[in-house]
Parts: sequence; C-alpha cells; structure tokens
Amino acid sequence: MISGQTLYARSVRQLWVERLIRYGLFSCSAVAILTTVGIVASLIFEAVRFFQMVPVLDFLFGLQWSPQTAIRADQIGASGHFGAIPLFVGTALIGAVALSLAVPLGLFSAIYLSEYASDRTRSLVKPLLEILAGIPTVVYGFFAALVIAPALKASGAFIGLSVASESALAAGLVMGVMIIPLISSISDDIIKGVPVSLREGSYGLGATKSETIRKVVLPAALPGIAGGILLAASRAIGETMIVVMAAGLAANLTANPLQAVTTVTVQIVALLTGDQEFDSAKTLAAFALGLTLFCATLLLNLIGLHIVERFREQYD
Amino acid sequence: MTENISPSRLSSQALPGVERRHRKEQIFRRLGLGAILTSLLFLMFFLALIVARGHGAFLETVILVDYHFDHETLDIDQAVSQNDLANANYRSVIRAAMRELAPEVSGRSARRDLYGILGAGTEYDLRDLIIAQPSLLGTTAGIWTPSSDEFHLFHRNGGDRASRQSTRLSPLQIELYAELDNAGRIKTRFNWTFLSSGDSRDPEQAGVWGAVKGSILTLGICFLLSFGVGTLAAIYLEEFASKNWVMRVLEVNINNLAAVPSITYGLLGLAVFLNFFGLPRSAALVGGLVLFLMTLPTIIISSRVALQAVPPSIREAALAVGASRVQTVFHHVAPLALPGMLTGSIIGMARALGETAPLLMIGMVAFIVDPPSGVLDPSSALPVQVYLWAESPERAFAEKTAGAIMVLLVFLITMNLAAILLRRKFEKRW
Repeated sequence: MISGQTLYARSVRQLWVERLIRYGLFSCSAVAILTTVGIVASLIFEAVRFFQMVPVLDFLFGLQWSPQTAIRADQIGASGHFGAIPLFVGTALIGAVALSLAVPLGLFSAIYLSEYASDRTRSLVKPLLEILAGIPTVVYGFFAALVIAPALKASGAFIGLSVASESALAAGLVMGVMIIPLISSISDDIIKGVPVSLREGSYGLGATKSETIRKVVLPAALPGIAGGILLAASRAIGETMIVVMAAGLAANLTANPLQAVTTVTVQIVALLTGDQEFDSAKTLAAFALGLTLFCATLLLNLIGLHIVERFREQYD
Repeated sequence: MTENISPSRLSSQALPGVERRHRKEQIFRRLGLGAILTSLLFLMFFLALIVARGHGAFLETVILVDYHFDHETLDIDQAVSQNDLANANYRSVIRAAMRELAPEVSGRSARRDLYGILGAGTEYDLRDLIIAQPSLLGTTAGIWTPSSDEFHLFHRNGGDRASRQSTRLSPLQIELYAELDNAGRIKTRFNWTFLSSGDSRDPEQAGVWGAVKGSILTLGICFLLSFGVGTLAAIYLEEFASKNWVMRVLEVNINNLAAVPSITYGLLGLAVFLNFFGLPRSAALVGGLVLFLMTLPTIIISSRVALQAVPPSIREAALAVGASRVQTVFHHVAPLALPGMLTGSIIGMARALGETAPLLMIGMVAFIVDPPSGVLDPSSALPVQVYLWAESPERAFAEKTAGAIMVLLVFLITMNLAAILLRRKFEKRW
C-alpha cells in the first residue's frame, strides 16, 4: 500500500517537474521573440553607428550612391556618397516588373483552378505550381543571368533596342515566375472563401460564369487579393539571389526596365562579401540598408497578413 | 395560334447579346487555362533546360594513353620508397606518352597544344595510381585519362563543323581529335570526380562533394535545433499557453518572422554570431545556427497545425483517467502529432537547403577545396557552390553549375518525397 504521505510527496514532486517542463517549453517559444529582438537590435545598433557618419536624411533622400572608403584622407571623393534613392527605385522597378507578370498569371490561375477546373485537374496542377515556389532562388538566378538576360539582349538587338546585359527586365521576369505560386495560392484561398450563395444569386439572375466571377466573386475577394499582393511585393523586395546574379551593381537612377539597376539586397551583399573592416561607413551602410529593408517588408507583411487573415474568415 | 419559335431566334430576341456573352465566357475561361499553362510551361522549360545543360557535368571524355612507367623517366631509383613515388616525375612520363601518341608533332607551341588535350590533374591521377599499384612500375599500361575541359566540350558537341566554330581548341588539337577518334582512343564515361571531389579552379577537376558535405553538416545542425526547439515551442503555444496579449504578440511575431527576408537573418548572424560571439567565419556551425533561426517560425507554424489536428477527445480521455497536463501532452498528444511535425520539419529543411543569401553574409562563399571534416571547418554549401560557379567566367563551369543544380534538385525532390510518403503512411482520419 502507498501511504498518503508518499502520494503527497509524489504529487509535490510531480508539480515541480511539471512547472519545470512548462518553463522549458516557454523558453523554446521565447527563442522566436529573441530572434526578433536580435534582428532589430543588431540592425539598429550598427545602423546608428552608420548614421553617426552619414546623416539619416542624406541616406534616405540622397540621389547618389557610390559607397567607397578613403584609402588616403585627402583623396577625391574620400567620403563616398550614400544616397539610397537609386537603390529604392531599382528595387521598386524590379519588383514592379515581377508583379506585373505574377499578378495576372497567378490570379487567372487561381480563378481557373477554383472556379473551372475539375477536382482531378486541381489536385494535379496545384502541386506542380507549388514546385515553382520550391525551386531554390539561386536556380532562378542562374536562369535570369545565363538564359533570360542573354536572350533579352539578343532579341532587343534584333528589333533595334539596346537592352543592358543585366537589365531589370530579366531579373524582374524571373522573379515574377517565382512569386506566381504565392499569388495563386493566396488568391485561391480567398476566392474559395467567397460564399456559394453569392454565386448562386448571380446565376439566378442569369449571369454567365465569367460574369459572376468578374462582377460578384472578384469584387468580394478583391481586398483579400490585394493583401496577398502586398505579401508578394514584400517577397519581391526582399529577394536576394536572383538580383545578386542578374541585376547590376552600378546605381542608376532610371525607370527604364531595359537598363541595369541595382537593388537594396544586391548592395548589402556587395558591401559585406569580401574582407572588410567592420567600422567603415561602407560596411555599416549594409546594416542601414538592412534596417530599411526590414522595416519596409515588416510594414507590408503586417498589413498584408492582417488583410488576408480577415478576408479568409470574413464569410465563415 | 402558336408561333413556332426556334431556339436560336429565342436567344437572339429574348436575350440580346447572349452569343457575345458566351464568347466572352469562352475567352475568360481560356485566359485562366492559358495562365496555368504558361506557369507550367515555365516549370517545364526550367527543368528541361537544367537537364539539357547539366547532364554533361556527369560525363567526362577520356583518352586512351599508353604510359611507360620506367624508372628512368620517372627519375627514381630501382629501390623506391613511398616518398620517392610521391615525388617522382610523372610529367615526363605523360609527355613521353603523348609524344608517342602523335610522333609527327614537333615544335614548342605544337607540343604544348599536344600536352594540353589532357586534363590538368593527370599527373596527380597517375601518382595516386602508382602509389596504389606499385607493380605497374617498369611496365607499359594503357590508361583512360580524363581530357581537358575544352576537349571534353568539343567531343560532347559531336566534333562537327558547328562545334569547330565555337571551340577554343587550336587547329592542331582538332586534327589530333580526329586522329584519336578514328583510332578509337576517345570515349565518354561517367564522371565520378564530379560527385567525389571538392571545388577546384580547373573545371574538369571540380566536384560537388565538398559542398554536399558542407550542406549536410549545416542542415544537420539546423535540423537538430529547429526540430527540437520548434516542436517544443509549438507544444507550448498550442497546449499550455493561455490566450492573453503576450501570446497574441508572440503569434503575430512568429507569423511576421516567417515572412522576413532571408538576408536579414544573414545580417543577424554576421552581427551576433560572428562579431559578438566570435564564432569562426564560413563554418557550418554558424550556417546551421542562422538557418535554424530562419526555419524556426515555419516549423512552429506547421507543428501547431499538426497538434491542432489531434482531436480534443484524446486529451479529455487522458485527463479523465488522471493524467496531468504534461503527461497528457507528452504521452498522448505529441506522439500522435509527431509524423505531422516531422513532415513540416522536412519541408522546412528542404527550404533551408536551397537558401543562399544568409550564407553569403556569414562568409560561406570562400573558395574551399577540401571537404570540411567538422562543423568548425570552413565549408561551402550546395547552393553557394551553384552561385560561385555561375559567377565564374570559365565556359566549362556553366555546365558544372547546371550539374550542381541537378544534384541540388535531386536532394530537394528526395526530401519532399520523404515528407509526402511520411504523411501518407501516418496520416490519420479522426
């Protein structure tokens, strides 16, 4: 027989063990918080050091980007220029090219899959589209740099256009292919969330299927899809390997997709690969760019996630 | 009296424009189909192009050369030690054999062209061969020797007029090619070097093994940490946490971390692991840590989904017979959710395997010849190797790049298949 006292002692020990385990489990989830704190702290810490050398406004609104550190104190252009506007414009240009390919293709794919396709087609095509999202970005970069860019340059020369060999178009198009599955799967979710009763009401009034989709389903799904596009935009501006391999290094301020532009991520990689002293403005600039990138993507993600979550459940 | 109305007249009178509307319907439908086909076409195009460009990396062109391993040419004594064998003059053996192969070639630059059709690593191959089989000393042996990469490309392109225009082989080398080919001394075989050796400046010597090993070490660390921490964190959030504002912040935080650009994790690794903790650059350990932080949110999210799929009745039954919360979770709920959590983790690992940008930030882009033997050794990773070779100006590396991509894709497909099979095997419908 177990006496009451041993039972009590056991349950006290059990209680302590349970409490210990719960603390252990909590500390595991705290790693996620620590990661965020680590990212924000390290970016801010190094960026503040950078902003002591280069004023914030010069960085955010400067039109000239030529990061270099002085070898001699009195040389020409000793300070370098850290105006990030050309990088922001380049990032936006490549992102815009990517979205203008991915949004129509992704959206129409989602419409076809959720409204027209049979269950069999759906179960076959969806995983195939997902493969596009699973291909490593370095592989897309290889395509952009070694296949698409030369092809664009050659076809540009054929019709008498001069296309840079590291054109924004090549990087943007390939990036667009990469984000098709992201847009199609979010749009698919949202479109499926639109209740059948709305469609049936529209059919009852004699509308064809496409009229129902265009005039009833899409307007109802539009805000959610917009949220999905924001998430895709965030992916596009944070994407690194495609642009590192296929976009240029020189910071041109242009809106012409046939020319070479550079992006925030390309510059971060360019500034930080190779051996560098860790206290020069050049290396610290990478962290200032990283902070800008982090803030921009965070904003897009917060808004995008919020909208998408809301419209996924709106009609449930 | 009733008028006989034909259906087409009905539609055109009663429903004006119905044909136009049906045409529009068709167009709309075809647009959707077209969008899907275009996307799938991109996929097919990518895969076909990779295989078309990359399969050559798994092949090598070899030439049958008769080597005389006599002591005089090798510049060694009759009684030889291992050390002598390692330092013997294999180059003169190669040159003698090549001159014998094409006795008509004379003159310095012509001779250089002649020697140039063999790969740059031939000397070392012969050295290793003789050290492994000293009995070959003093004999003549016909050995299939790897050719140079230009010679290989020329042979792969068929050696016809088109390949003559694009090649960088000299006219003499092209002549030699025809001669050797007629004599049956050229063949193509599987290139084990590509799978078994590390990186090299010479394309015909370069292989992916160093990068594969680096990736395995990196992913091993990443998996141990992220599976452990990720599942435990998911268990806490799903089974123990009370729904208050701290948890809401945590949840929003995790969702957002999953969407943070991967390069940001590289910056974190650089600032914290390298500069603050002083861990070595280019090490698999740091790579694994960075990828761990990157994959953690996705693994937490998928593990939570797996836990949610376990029906509440299991928990209630365990609690009803007197199990504590911890016992309920660890004895009953977690084992049932384990296959699902494992599946999510493998998919997370597959994503981590293809990730390049954060590894660039922590210096895993160095040129590293020897495969790493530990997690603190400088190492490369498969996607980084792809990046390095893609940036190389040498033509033969383009083929190697596509070959390395094929290796990478094989790993990815294997991991995803494993995840799918695991899900099929253990999936339960409650």
